[in-house]
Amino acid sequence: MMTLIQTYGSMLIRALGQTILLTGLSLIFAMIIGMIFGLMNVGHNRVLNLIGTIYVDAVRGVPLIVLAYFIYFGIPAGIQSIGITGFRMNALQAGTIALSMNCGAYMAEIIRAGIQSVDRGQMEAGRSLGLSYSAGMALIVVPQAIRTMIPSIINQFIITLKDSSILSVIGFPELVNVGKTIMGNTMKCLETWAIVGIMYMVVIITLSKVSKKIERRVNRGR
Amino acid sequence: MADNRISGGDNSPQNKIQVRNLKKNFGSLEVLKDISLDVAEGEVVVLIGPSGSGKSTLLRCLNQLEKVTSGQIIIDGQDVTDKHTDINKVRENIGMVFQHFNLFNHLNVMKNMTLAPVHLKTLSKEEAKVKAQQLLERVGLGDRAEAYPSQLSGGQKQRVAIARALEMNPDIMLFDEPTSALDPEMVGEVLAVMKELAREGMTMVVVTHEIGFAREVASRVIFMEGGYIVEEGTPDEVLNHPKEARTIDFLSKVL
Repeated sequence: MMTLIQTYGSMLIRALGQTILLTGLSLIFAMIIGMIFGLMNVGHNRVLNLIGTIYVDAVRGVPLIVLAYFIYFGIPAGIQSIGITGFRMNALQAGTIALSMNCGAYMAEIIRAGIQSVDRGQMEAGRSLGLSYSAGMALIVVPQAIRTMIPSIINQFIITLKDSSILSVIGFPELVNVGKTIMGNTMKCLETWAIVGIMYMVVIITLSKVSKKIERRVNRGR
Repeated sequence: MADNRISGGDNSPQNKIQVRNLKKNFGSLEVLKDISLDVAEGEVVVLIGPSGSGKSTLLRCLNQLEKVTSGQIIIDGQDVTDKHTDINKVRENIGMVFQHFNLFNHLNVMKNMTLAPVHLKTLSKEEAKVKAQQLLERVGLGDRAEAYPSQLSGGQKQRVAIARALEMNPDIMLFDEPTSALDPEMVGEVLAVMKELAREGMTMVVVTHEIGFAREVASRVIFMEGGYIVEEGTPDEVLNHPKEARTIDFLSKVL
């Protein structure tokens, strides 16, 4: 085990860095996607509701691995078939798109549920004072919704971090992919996967500890 | 029955609120069937009636928290049912007090009061704070500016809600069953604030079950049932000498 760490330690750390990079980028985009589609779904515009519902249903209805294959292999092939050559996407780009879309759909649901958990009277009180719908959302509803959303958002972050391992299938050099390489080179299955597992665990436990702190701080004003 | 009043009051400047042939449906349910109503400046109109009679819906139509199905509502000369009217601007002049207070739970009392005027730039931050403090003193809560809604009693919450509405300097106040969610011993403190407002000449439309308040403060009492105005008149006329059978029946149950 020690020799494994000595030989492959820096490679594993770099792989962890790639995992965190991919997850971090995806979470940022997922928050934006989730905000947009989540707000579409709480409004009263039927067209926007429909678009939001279609997005969430479509993305949630497809396994992440299929989405990743579709974006990494399918889309460039499709673009080539209509006669445009030279379109390239690297594994990080494709992986970030797939993971953002996937996480974004779940985030949209979390945000929708969070906003709908705020009593309607809050928005009505804001509107009755002369605030616009968007001001009411931004100043009154969303700040209250965030409190109820934080545990679910952190939970989704953790799921997305783990799901990033699925992107090993398109060759992105994240933790699981590098784990496979090391296993192939050394045949030390037990040690390799134990180390990879522990690395995930350390990151995720740290993340949940931080989230507990945030939750406590946010709830203090209640 | 209110229709015969229209001819006298049309477009006269002292009418703060004019409602013409208002209809409101929720799906296939007709909640307001044909409501016409004028409220003059400084008048205190109290709406009474059984639950489901449409009185709260009527109130919520006045500031367009409910969109009307048909008919016209004119507030201070502006047709609020017209799509081109800037409803947010009109609402700045119409304060509303809700049954469940609807204080902003994430903000303390001071921020509850200053949020709208500061955001809408009707007051600077400093002006808003000074005014909020004065209003809080007026409703007897001068020492609770830093408290959060969860730290207040129901009666205190409702007094803050009234003060929050007054912070926008409205010239009409709407009250939607303001004492219905209160413990009995807290009803008095809220009614006292409302009475003072009425004395100062505020134009008020109040939905309430407090017949005593109606008797004492109202310039006019309107009895509604089934989406219609059944009877209206002075408190003495409607409450002491009702003419309509349905009014008599209702009053016999609540008095």
